[in-house]
Amino acid sequence: MAHRKKNRNVGIVGIGQTQYSSHREDVSQPEMIQEAVRLALKDAGISIREVDCVVHGNMELFEMIYQPDLWHVLGTGGYGKDGYRITTGGTTGSTLVAAADNLAASGMYDVVMAIGFEKLQEGHTTGGITNMADALWAKNLQTGALTGYTAARMIKEFGEDRAKRAAMTHRIIMDKHACLNSNSHRAFGLDFDQIESLMENSPKLVGELRLIHMCSQSDGACALILAEEKKAKEISRKPVWIRDHITVHREESFNLFGLEPVEMTHRFAARELFARNGIRDPLEYFDVFEMYDPSAWWGLEWLRDFFLLEGDEHLKLVENRETMIGGKIPINPSGGVVSANPIGATAMVRVAEAALQVRGDAGRHQVPKPVKHALASGFGGTMWTVLFLLEKELTGWGE
Amino acid sequence: MPRRVAICAVAQIKNEPDIWYKRFQGMVFDCVEQILKQTGVTFDLKKGIRNVVTCSDDVFDARTISDNAMTDVVGAHYRGEEKMAQDGINGLGYAMACLLSGHDEVVLLAGHCKESQSESRRMCTNLAFDPFYCRPLGMDFTNVNALQARAYMAKSGIREEHLARIVVRSRKNGARNPYARENKMVTEAEVMKSPMLADPVREMHHYPVTDWAVAFLLSNEERAREFTDKPVWISGFGNCMDTYFLGDKDLDSNFSLKKAAEKAYRMAGIKDPRRDINLFELNDAVAYQLPMWAEGIGLCEEGKGGRWIDAGWMEKHSVNLSGGMLNGNPVMIGGLARAAEAVTQLRGEAGSRQADGIRKALAHGTTGAAGQHHAVVILEK
Repeated sequence: MAHRKKNRNVGIVGIGQTQYSSHREDVSQPEMIQEAVRLALKDAGISIREVDCVVHGNMELFEMIYQPDLWHVLGTGGYGKDGYRITTGGTTGSTLVAAADNLAASGMYDVVMAIGFEKLQEGHTTGGITNMADALWAKNLQTGALTGYTAARMIKEFGEDRAKRAAMTHRIIMDKHACLNSNSHRAFGLDFDQIESLMENSPKLVGELRLIHMCSQSDGACALILAEEKKAKEISRKPVWIRDHITVHREESFNLFGLEPVEMTHRFAARELFARNGIRDPLEYFDVFEMYDPSAWWGLEWLRDFFLLEGDEHLKLVENRETMIGGKIPINPSGGVVSANPIGATAMVRVAEAALQVRGDAGRHQVPKPVKHALASGFGGTMWTVLFLLEKELTGWGE
Repeated sequence: MPRRVAICAVAQIKNEPDIWYKRFQGMVFDCVEQILKQTGVTFDLKKGIRNVVTCSDDVFDARTISDNAMTDVVGAHYRGEEKMAQDGINGLGYAMACLLSGHDEVVLLAGHCKESQSESRRMCTNLAFDPFYCRPLGMDFTNVNALQARAYMAKSGIREEHLARIVVRSRKNGARNPYARENKMVTEAEVMKSPMLADPVREMHHYPVTDWAVAFLLSNEERAREFTDKPVWISGFGNCMDTYFLGDKDLDSNFSLKKAAEKAYRMAGIKDPRRDINLFELNDAVAYQLPMWAEGIGLCEEGKGGRWIDAGWMEKHSVNLSGGMLNGNPVMIGGLARAAEAVTQLRGEAGSRQADGIRKALAHGTTGAAGQHHAVVILEK
């Protein structure tokens, strides 16, 4: 794939996240955003005056605000600055980071702040998602991330007991991680001895997709400050370098190619990104992976795509609990999307949390080994993928 | 480091009051097909389009994640596709960043808006205001623009006669543009008798409901000649956000436009826009905005908009020869339409409205009410 080295290196120098919660009646949307912005500026140790450009995004129909960046300028600090509003779907948060990376690497700006947010309490999320469907052809079909298809397919491939057990194991690992992250929206304190009981008793949503498997609707905001190499080194003692990113969308019509299944965008993105960066064995290369996992079933299944695995290798990773914080390849030390999902921010939180791990600043959910190479993914739309490679060092890539 | 990017092609459909016979997907597809034909660009994953910037709006399309409906028609099959959720002219700035960063070599930009689909444009733009203080007052882009119109007219000596002249001229110019919306020719007296929409803005002072789609192909400098013999270069881009509450800003100050223009001029090495730029396309959704934005970009002296019109500077500086947004382009791509027109002029393909000796052009777009956010693009032959 056509890809050259970026014209300028870009590093993450500031990270800010609000508390994620089902309801933030105490703040308005701009006030909530301002919390994340203030934390990101504090983390970077700079003032808003040093930010050249603000990139903002979310899903408009979730809160029913048209062009919300116009109002939110009260909280973003974007007054008098260059400003862009760039969105996709659930991928928006990662699209914003990709955009900020492009803007800083282009030479048009030196310091760019990306802001993702959602205040789902103020809207109707499933109503909003259903409204995504084609008004003529698909209104009666679209359910957003609420699908039982993945569970059915995995049960068919791996047998009912093994598949259900592995999905619930992944879910409990996520909850254990979430309990270590003070920003989590949902942290229940689940344990592995509850697997059978949850497999049977958690209310069913669609087929074997149960309430406990599913992500939440959260309020929250995330802000990241990116800077080109020279500025990044001035601002931060440990910038986290964005080595590369790839965006892979696909059609909205799932059956455009008849009944022939098309390749999963996650696998396509991973293969392309690793190939052009000379990463041959992703499972060995990466020290941590922050994945956009809208449900435990998807989180489990997608491991196979992202790490280009075959057969039941991904199931074994989870069954052997190698995806826990102390394991071979820690997945979502933050607790992942099933523990907090402010949609427009969610994918940015994956990059933010991966960057915290690279810096060694993740606190109680820090992976207890040196983290040099991190992977972060965004998911949204009709199976869209954004994938990031983050690096601790600026040299030695792909050698 | 490269400092400019190429616009290799522009394709558009005709602006119409109600494209009832075609879905917006079809409108965009027609443009994309023209781009493929004009340039021979492919969707080859190594050498072709692998990143697309779309421009559309959730509220006007009544679709959450409105770009989801675009992925099929812009060919985003295993490719990047990102939505510019402001006036599409900012998509040119973002595409420029994608190319200058080295991340992409070729970018497709496609925008659409079908205003005829909404029951009321004012109901849509009312949603831009916060739900607590401003929305319940019924504020929308039309009546907030009217507040700005009143302030600006007082400051710059703009009278009803000036506005009427702008409207009549816009429709005359539009009639020379085959892609423009077809409007009834009117006299200045008719404009001055047009019903009041939001005082002092009359119905004819306001751009009409319009459906339209447009697409651009952009590339980095190295690859431009593969797609065209007549590349138009983007040499400068700047945009800027003003604050939100009307009480927090001077409505007639052009704060964010001045900053956006300043940045674009600096990038493009423009010292004096009046001398260095030969053609201007300004995003005049409402008649008063044409002289006001002309002041903002430094084309007209501050506070002298009325005299500037009287002295015939709209013609001398080749301002809005396309008819402008006032003749009819939809919201979200009213600024992008300005860039499309400027590119057409620079390529010498503007037919009966072609201006002579055009080397550099300025295209401007604005997002939000009363020019809260502005973007300025400098284009060169």
